[in-house]
Order: sequence, then C-alpha cells, then structure tokens
Amino acid sequence: MTMSNDILARFNLHWPGFALGVDLTLPGRGVTALFGHSGSGKTTLLRCVAGLERAPGGYLAVGGDVWQDGSHFLPTYRRPLGYVFQEASLFPHLSARRNLEYGMKRVRGAMGRTALEHAVDLLGIGALLDRRPDQLSGGERQRVAIARALVLQPRLLLMDEPLAALDFKRKQEILPYLERLHDELEIPVLYVTHSPDEVAHLADHLVLMENGSARAAGPLSELMTRLDLPLARAEAAESIIETVVAGHDDNYNLSYLDFRGGRFAVGRLQRKIGKPARVRIHARDVSIALKEHRDSSIVNIIAAQVQELAPLNDWQMVVRLGLGPEATVPLLARITRRSADLLELIPGKQVFAQVKSVVLAD
Amino acid sequence: MGFSDADLAAIWLTLRLAGITTVLLLIIGTPIAWWLARTRSFWKGPIGAVVALPLVLPPTVLGFYLLLAMGPNGAIGQFTQWLGIGTLPFTFWGLVVASVFYSMPFVVQPIQNAVESLGERPLEAAATLRAGPWDTFFSVVLPLARPGFFTAAILGFAHTVGEFGVVLMIGGNIPGVTRVVSVQIYDHVEALEYAEAHWLAATMVIFSFLVLLALYTLNPAARRK
Repeated sequence: MTMSNDILARFNLHWPGFALGVDLTLPGRGVTALFGHSGSGKTTLLRCVAGLERAPGGYLAVGGDVWQDGSHFLPTYRRPLGYVFQEASLFPHLSARRNLEYGMKRVRGAMGRTALEHAVDLLGIGALLDRRPDQLSGGERQRVAIARALVLQPRLLLMDEPLAALDFKRKQEILPYLERLHDELEIPVLYVTHSPDEVAHLADHLVLMENGSARAAGPLSELMTRLDLPLARAEAAESIIETVVAGHDDNYNLSYLDFRGGRFAVGRLQRKIGKPARVRIHARDVSIALKEHRDSSIVNIIAAQVQELAPLNDWQMVVRLGLGPEATVPLLARITRRSADLLELIPGKQVFAQVKSVVLAD
Repeated sequence: MGFSDADLAAIWLTLRLAGITTVLLLIIGTPIAWWLARTRSFWKGPIGAVVALPLVLPPTVLGFYLLLAMGPNGAIGQFTQWLGIGTLPFTFWGLVVASVFYSMPFVVQPIQNAVESLGERPLEAAATLRAGPWDTFFSVVLPLARPGFFTAAILGFAHTVGEFGVVLMIGGNIPGVTRVVSVQIYDHVEALEYAEAHWLAATMVIFSFLVLLALYTLNPAARRK
C-alpha cells in the first residue's frame, strides 16, 4: 500500500570501510527516526536524501516527485527540503534574522513573512533575532537553525541529531519545541538520532539502521516491542502507547488516559480532556499475573494476551503482551524465567499486566 | 631634491602594473585556489606545486622561460601573433603576464587557506537554503573568507611592486613602458646617483612597511585572534 505522499528511497554506496544499502518506503507524514549507532549509516542516508551525498544509481521520490533516479539528480539547492545540522551551522556573518531570511528570499512564493512569523513563534526566538550567532547559546542557535529550515516551507524536513551537540540542560530546553513541531507540522520529518529518549519523545516511525542497512522499519510502538530486535532486549526496553486524556480525578489528583485496550491512571496532567498523550512504560515496570489482583497497590492492571516470549539472559525473560480486544497494542514485560515457568506462560494465554509506572513522553 | 620625472613615471608604471596584475590574479587565482582547496583529485599535488614554483625559483629562471614562451617561437608568442598583437617581451603587457605567473602563489595560497578553513558546512547549509553555487560564493564564501581575499590582494600587489629579476628578463629597461621602480633604483645606483636612489629606495621601504602594517592590523581575521 503506497500512498503518493510516501518517500521512496533506494541508495547503494560503497566507500572504503563503509557501505550503505537501503530500499525504504517511509511514511509521508509524522516523524520517522533513523536510529542506530554511530557508523550505522543513518547520517549518510539522510545526506543522500538531501543530495549532499551523491549515490550513483540511487532512487529518491518524495510525495510523487522524483528527486533522483538513474538519469537525473536534482541538486540540493533545487530540492524543497529543510535541513538541520548537528551543530547549528548558522552563517556567522549574519544576524539571526538575516539567517532566517537567507533561505526565505530564495524561495518563490508570497507566504514568506507569515512563515517567518510562524517559525519565530513556534521556536520562541522572537527576542533573539537581532543577535549574531556568537551571541547565542548552543540551544538558541539550534532553535534559530530549526526555524531557518521551517521558514522555507519545505516538503520534507531533515534533522541530523539536532540535540546531540547540546548538554542535558539545553536538550531539555529544546525538546518541548521539537514536540510542538511534531504536533503541528504537516510535513514528514526524517530525524537522525542515537538517543532512545528522543525516539520515545518524538518518533512515530522508526528505521533501525545497522552496518549501513535498515535492519527493520515500521511504526514505533511495533518496532520497540519486537523481540527479535535489540530495542526490546535493551536494559531500558520500553513500550510506547498513544492515549487520549479521558478525565481528571480532582479528589486523588489523577488523570485518566484511554487507549484501545484500557485505561491508565497517572498523576494529574495539565492537559485538557480529549488531548492526546503519549506514554512510555519500561519493561521492568510491568509484571504479569494470572488473576486481576484488586488487593494490590498497583493502580494500572490491564487484561492482556501473551504473544511471544524470549530469553533475555540466564535468568530473565522478555514477554510481549497484546492489550485490547484484538491484542493489538503491544506492551513489553520483563520477568524472571522462574516466573514464566510458574505461570506457565505460552503464546495465546490470557493474563493481566500490572503496570507499576506510566511516564508521559510528550 | 625629490622625484625626477623619470622617477614619477617609474612609480606610476609600477602602481599600474601591480594594480592590473592584482585584479587579474584575483580573477584567475580564485578559481584555482577554490579547486585546490576542495578537490580530492590526484592533480591537486602537481598543480599546487606548479603554482608554488615562483616561491623557490630564481626570478631569472622564471623570466628566462617566460621570455622563451612569449618569444616569436614560444607557445604564448605564437598565440599572441595569431591574435595579431605581436609578441609580448619588452612591452607593458608582457610584464603583466609575467607578473601574473610570478605573483600567483601569493594570491592563490591565502585564498586556498581561507576556503579550506571554511570547510564544507557553510556551503552545505547554503545549498539546503536554496542557494546555487554562484549565489553561495557571493553570499557566503566571499564574506566569510574576506580576510583571505584581503591578504591575497595585498600580498599580490606588494610582491609585484617588488619584482626585479623577471622584469629585467622580460621587459628590459624601457622608460615609461617597462622601467619600474626597482629597475629605476638599479639605474640610479649604476650611475652612482645615490641621493636619487635613496629617495626611491626609502619610499619602497616605507611602502612595504605600511603594506605589512595594514596586513597585520587591519585584517579582520588577524584582529579577531
């Protein structure tokens, strides 16, 4: 099922000591994280999409327009994209405002001013516009760089580890802006990162890069819980569940989050009823019971079906549970091998997932 | 006592020669420097070495071969004759051509260094912001590499003012045509006119000092560091 909005990318590159070989269909909406270790080829793939790297014989189509095929190669400056580099790479000889205007002046279309104001607003950089890049902090520079890419009103936004060069505090400063971007942008975003944290916050889809090829690609919640992939087996393995704020309990200061498969109770959120909320649940915070224990302090107990088990080490197992009527919402649980045997867990068995901690991820 | 008319003619000729040479070198040297800074070709080494040759060759050697090349049987001479402008030795434009070769490294190397230190990133950023190659050159490279171009222009100009051996080989000593300041000083000394020689020589010392002073104090890159 290929929609015309999709991004089709096929690249083969052979360099000394490195090879890239991918054939991907990426969704034309939402944030797709290209995730992998350094040297896995994720940045090279992004640069191929931008045309900054030439992969002879490659193929790239975005939303039905061919940017590269066997016979022609659209140079970067003719591609309707926005690119955010790892370091902000603002032009040091121009003020923040002139940096924003640099690309805007070169794009045809009368929407320029509105786009500029919108980008300035979205990234909260109104007060910084008259400063030069060397008068901005690392986080501020990166916000200006993101705005500079958005002002172009690109058809595709490419971000190469935009937070990697920043310290923890600066990251926390920018993350909310990226989340706003995620909620408000209509265009597809390819987001290169090696941080599981950023993936959990921002990604809708995931491409798992390994040694220059895509080991797996698909919706985030699915890939994070596939037992044959390293994510589900990591120490910090977790599941992502999209929910909607269903109500608040002012008496106990709780909020209720509904999803296809049940309801979570979490600490009171400052968020209106009906708003989406993405939550992350660590595999180590999920235990499994055969009965619905109401005599427990655990608030979130959800009916689930065992789908798959895999040994993690010599004493632990990781279990993928399916929540909801068709068991379509995946949830990871990490338990001991002993418990798996005692509960006689096998695929298809109906159980209850006891979730100790549900964390908001957006 | 001061400059004689012949001295003034020599000064004017020298300034004209150095000015024209500098402009030509900025035009010719920039693409060469750009290519040298960015190519990964095998030819980077050989071409770079050829450009740098005037740094180590005795000016007479360079002048000798340029004289042959520009002569009636040389490649440049054949070309200029085919164009119908005769041969270049012992003309002002012969000096210009020789000076372009002679001062080439002084212009190419500062620009090459500036472009190299610029790196790929600003060029890539400009490309993602819809700037084509020429646009990028004028809106990003030129402003960012300005100190390099400034240094190149000053060194190219000053080095051309200071040439002597090549001028003698190519241009000889024709008043108003090829007799530049350095040759004029030589003539004064030969004629034992030491006072006149002093005037010109001291002027050259002061000029050279001011040029270098400007280079070290006005250059924005030098000031920033």
